[in-house]
Amino acid sequence: MTIKLHPNIEADLLPILETVPDPEIPVLTVLDLGVIREAVRTADGVHIKLTPTYTGCPAMDVIGDDLKSAFASQGITATIELILAPAWSTDWISEAGREKMREYGIAPPLSESADKAALLGDQRLVPCTICKSTNTKMISQFGSTACKALFQCMDCQEPFDYFKCLK
Amino acid sequence: MEHQSLYQYLLSLGDNALILGQRLGELCGHGPSLETDIACTNIALDLLGQTRSCFQYASKQLDGKTEDDVAFLRKENEYTNVLLVEQPNNDFAFVITRQYFFDVYQLMLMEWLSANSADETIKAIANKAVKEARYHRRFSSDWMLRLGDGTEESHQRLLDAVEALWPYTQEFFVPSEAEAWAASAGIGPDLTSFKAAYYNDVEALLEQATVPVPENPYFQKGGKQGRHTEHMGYLLADLQYMQRTYPNMTW
Repeated sequence: MTIKLHPNIEADLLPILETVPDPEIPVLTVLDLGVIREAVRTADGVHIKLTPTYTGCPAMDVIGDDLKSAFASQGITATIELILAPAWSTDWISEAGREKMREYGIAPPLSESADKAALLGDQRLVPCTICKSTNTKMISQFGSTACKALFQCMDCQEPFDYFKCLK
Repeated sequence: MEHQSLYQYLLSLGDNALILGQRLGELCGHGPSLETDIACTNIALDLLGQTRSCFQYASKQLDGKTEDDVAFLRKENEYTNVLLVEQPNNDFAFVITRQYFFDVYQLMLMEWLSANSADETIKAIANKAVKEARYHRRFSSDWMLRLGDGTEESHQRLLDAVEALWPYTQEFFVPSEAEAWAASAGIGPDLTSFKAAYYNDVEALLEQATVPVPENPYFQKGGKQGRHTEHMGYLLADLQYMQRTYPNMTW
């Protein structure tokens, strides 16, 4: 099943959606993250379908509230619906989002097989966000949020977050 | 009637995750190291997320209930979690052993539900949870090996934890009324069919961790029917404190 990065989002709503950041990684917008699955005009305003990254992600409630206030500031009432299927995948993070993440100091997710080799096989594949060296190793399977693992660069010694691949 | 049965089945899914999540949450700021502290609380967060998905769906089965009612306003004998997940943290070997014994079961369950459940919402919940469960099992398996095959001290502690928690493992495979209903409706698995594969996996890992498989033939059960161990009351006192003290409070 292929899923479009921006499925069923009405074009004139994009500028408002673009103003809503992810509360945990503020350089990313909700569009970069791919959590908006639908945004359509209704008789009363706008209806948005939102999908969680991880089931327990505490950012979801905040994102819902932030979306409502972003639309409210334009005089539009937004209703939010949380949907679970299809399950969110890191493939939905946009190219621009990956680049912004890297600049922010978080290594974006690798492909599924490279991710497995780095997280399970102890292979040195995740590029350091500072010096770009792939001579890096995992320090902790769990990082500062559920979606990240903690890595350290063996060349420049800097620790950094890696956004785990989720498919 | 069908709503009531589905409600009860969702409780059985959600309660295990809720109570284990609460236990792991107790370690927040108290883990043995920063990395393990973060790992335990991250796993707790995933489990609470799964709980919320189950309870949001459960509350729709009964008129006038919210997910908070389901989580916070039931009495002890209305919680249907297995006894294993309410066992106290004692030490890190207990935390890991309890987690590992749970993770092996939970992954089997979520794999089945995400592939086969006749209920589309449960299938969708499991589809997300299965990825989390896989990662949790990896974490707890790694630590079982490190503790078991580590120092004399860590080996002894793991041995004690495995001996103490082993009697709680069989309850998974004795279906409650709700679980039997779900199996007959194609919504949930026939849990008795998981038993052989579960013990195959667990016994293979214990061997690798240089810990003998306990010989105790006596197993404890009753949690699914609301008959809990003495630890449950204290856990609920913490869990329910806010809603009992400030009824109907919201964030």
